[in-house]
Amino acid sequence: MTMAVMFYLIAFVTLGSAFMMVISKNIFHSALLMLISFIGVAAVYILLHADFLAAVQVLVYAGAITIFIVFGIMFTMKGDPRKTNPFSKNAIPAAVLILLFIVINAVTVIKTVWPFSNIAPPETTVKAIADLMLTKYVVGFEVTAVLLLAAMVGAIVIVKGVKKSS
Amino acid sequence: MIDILMDKFLTIGLEHFLILSGTLFFIGLFAVLAKKNVIAVLMGIEIMFTSVNINLVAFNKYTAAEALLTGHVFAIFVIALAAAEVAVGLALIISIYRQRTSTDVQDFDWLKW
Amino acid sequence: MFDFALNNAWLIPLFPALAFGIITLFTKKMTKLSVSISIGTILLSFVLSVIIGIGVIGQGDTFLEHPYKAVVTWFSMPGFSIEVGTLIDNVSVMMLLVVTFITSLVQIYSLGYMHGDPGLARFYAYVSLFAASMLGLVIAPNLLIMFVFWELVGLCSYLLIGFWFGKISASAAAKKAFITCRAGDFGLLLGIILLQINFGTLDLQQLSVMIPNFTQYTGLTAAGLTAIAIILFLGPMAKSGQFPFHVWLPDAMEGPTPVSALIHAATMVVAGVYLVGRILTLFITLPSALLFVAIIGAFTALFAATIAITQTEMKKILAYSTISQLGYMMLALGAASLTASMFHLMTHAFFKALLFLGAGCVLHAMHNEASIWKYGGLKKYMPVTYWTFLIGCLAIAGIFPFAGFFSKDLILEVTFAASSLSGHAQGPFPVAYTVLFLMAALTAFLTAFYMFRMFFICFHGELRSKEVQPQEAPKVMTVPLIILGIFSIISGWVGWPGLGEGQAFGYFVRLGEFQVMEANWLLIILSTLLALLGIGLAALFYWKKTFSAQAVIERVPFLYKLSYNKYYIDEFYLWIIHHIIDKCGWLLWKFDIYVVDGIVNGFGKMAQWGGTVMRKVQTGQLQHYALIFFMGIVLMFLLLSFTGVHSPAIGLMGGAK
Repeated sequence: MTMAVMFYLIAFVTLGSAFMMVISKNIFHSALLMLISFIGVAAVYILLHADFLAAVQVLVYAGAITIFIVFGIMFTMKGDPRKTNPFSKNAIPAAVLILLFIVINAVTVIKTVWPFSNIAPPETTVKAIADLMLTKYVVGFEVTAVLLLAAMVGAIVIVKGVKKSS
Repeated sequence: MIDILMDKFLTIGLEHFLILSGTLFFIGLFAVLAKKNVIAVLMGIEIMFTSVNINLVAFNKYTAAEALLTGHVFAIFVIALAAAEVAVGLALIISIYRQRTSTDVQDFDWLKW
Repeated sequence: MFDFALNNAWLIPLFPALAFGIITLFTKKMTKLSVSISIGTILLSFVLSVIIGIGVIGQGDTFLEHPYKAVVTWFSMPGFSIEVGTLIDNVSVMMLLVVTFITSLVQIYSLGYMHGDPGLARFYAYVSLFAASMLGLVIAPNLLIMFVFWELVGLCSYLLIGFWFGKISASAAAKKAFITCRAGDFGLLLGIILLQINFGTLDLQQLSVMIPNFTQYTGLTAAGLTAIAIILFLGPMAKSGQFPFHVWLPDAMEGPTPVSALIHAATMVVAGVYLVGRILTLFITLPSALLFVAIIGAFTALFAATIAITQTEMKKILAYSTISQLGYMMLALGAASLTASMFHLMTHAFFKALLFLGAGCVLHAMHNEASIWKYGGLKKYMPVTYWTFLIGCLAIAGIFPFAGFFSKDLILEVTFAASSLSGHAQGPFPVAYTVLFLMAALTAFLTAFYMFRMFFICFHGELRSKEVQPQEAPKVMTVPLIILGIFSIISGWVGWPGLGEGQAFGYFVRLGEFQVMEANWLLIILSTLLALLGIGLAALFYWKKTFSAQAVIERVPFLYKLSYNKYYIDEFYLWIIHHIIDKCGWLLWKFDIYVVDGIVNGFGKMAQWGGTVMRKVQTGQLQHYALIFFMGIVLMFLLLSFTGVHSPAIGLMGGAK
């Protein structure tokens, strides 16, 4: 019961803030609502016994990415902040489409018979994740590292622009 | 009948998380499809990324055949990707903004006829 | 030695072909070396041919019954297999000997005739290729390979006729020769394809077995096969200058004279006769086709002879005499006699080469003055040429004991045998053959007349041209003349009537059973009389001047003009080309411009118009694309959920299973 209450509370906060983020006319409010949504997701992780991920979620999403976005907003914002985040002309067809998607998703999930297993995942997630990541998925780990580096260099190059060599 | 439904409703399981993450995903998609400001679009994309991670972790908890945290590992990879994506995405947005002084997606129509 | 030569008969055409390759690729600049290579290779081929010839003839008719065949498969697919290699039997051996012999002599003669020509190396390269193609044609084992070499021969004739391509008339003549031959070759190719379709093979030996029993192998009626035979015959008609394709042959005189000799005597024009001889079974099976060949032959013989009477250029007269003699050969084939045809081919090769080379000497001496009315009295200036030319004229006129007498007599004899005059005619068309026989006899008279007309005008009387001092040709030119003169006398003796097995020409080269040729005294006397009459008349008109040719012309100016202008055939063709073909071309051009181009441009316009309309879809709006993309996903999902995973819908979406 507690579980259910907590779940629905968290779900309400997460989805509600995400929805408000879309609805909001002020881009700055949107960014803050997105932050709440991210934290809600972190709470979902805790419900799922993924404490490490919850921490990462807070650090990366709520911390870094939101800051990034806010920087972006500040770089590009002009005029009245209350009119910074309007809908485009596609809003109505998009809304219909999204509703359809949500229904389809829900129906599909409910109708599907899932292959549940009774094996409980390890309790100490940090060690387990570290083991996996540095043994079985070490290649992916390294590739991700390279990707991050490339993204960083790429971002700098894109923003700075390349000096045209004569 | 209602009891069963109630029971289903109150016993939190995989389906709940999946519907949560799916709904979150589509809200993000809504932002991508319907917002004018390109940064709002980017934010939508971030929401979509996060929702996917819920899926991974939920599946790992309920359906994993081994006592491993593969889902978590991949969630971390996705988070890293999201970070890289937002960096490059913002760089692009700023670069475009410098050229067009606009953050309106509808102005980004180079592909037009 | 014989076995070696036989097994390596493929070397015979290869040697000259190699010479062509070497000269064009490497030694073009070194004239003397090129000439030596060319002459050396053709002599090698000649030696090989002689070895094979001695061996084959030594074994009597063994090779006639069991030809030597060495082939490798070139390519094959179900129902169609083409082999390359050699097919040696008595007929091809005879041709090998004639071709290599004449070509060798012509090449040696050209040393003198073409002396100092800047394109000498090129000339020898072409002549080598010419010889190679003809030799390849001679030993080709099936019709397709034959056709390949056939076309090569056509190409070489084009190159050689247009050898002095700077002269407009020469290049025009080359084109005319090539195009005329192409017109016939189309028929030949069509005929070959039809044979392949119906019989499933092009191999000469298999065909000669299958064709007589064609009803067993094919669903063809006799009429159908006759049509095929006549279509096929178009090729030989064009190549051998038969009416109405004869127009290219006189114009081919624009080439160097040795080339004319080569074309007329050994390589080009006899290819047609040889090809018909190779598939004579086809024609013998079909009497109507045979009659067609005979009619074309006899008509051409007479027709060309009547033109030759009034021509004023030595080489033109000789050209028309060649057409006429080729008509004889066709007539012989049309009388179902391979022996007579090949015999005449052989003797004709000798005396026609002799005549042309003699004419070359005269032209050389007269500094290429073409009209015979400028000549005269050359007897005292160039005795060797005179005497050898006389031999040639006597041979072509058919005077005993010169070669032409025997072969022409044989042709008359076989035609006579097929006609109703002989009393017990074989074959279904005795009356037709009677007419043909009379035409042939008349031609014999005309031949003697026009040859000696030319002879007397050129060599007797007084020299009419004041500008030149004629001189006897150098040794390198006269020696081939003398050799050819000797052969022009003796080569006919192998056809002496009454010769039996193992001796007579008819024993070695024949189709069917060997029959000892009995001397038909009536015919011998008749033909000799006709020839003597012709010679006598010519002497009276042009030597003794008893009668005036001018008076005769004035009596029948119309006939004279008709003959002098070659029956206006060239003009007629020109008229057709100008008024009909050009008009058709104009029509087709308009059709192309308006209809074909219209359709093509229409497609372009349609694409353009479609593009203008469709490009509106490309808004450039990222969100439009994404929206449509996700709509598509929803649609696919709904479609799948309502139709099931195994529905055809999944295939529509490009999914597997």
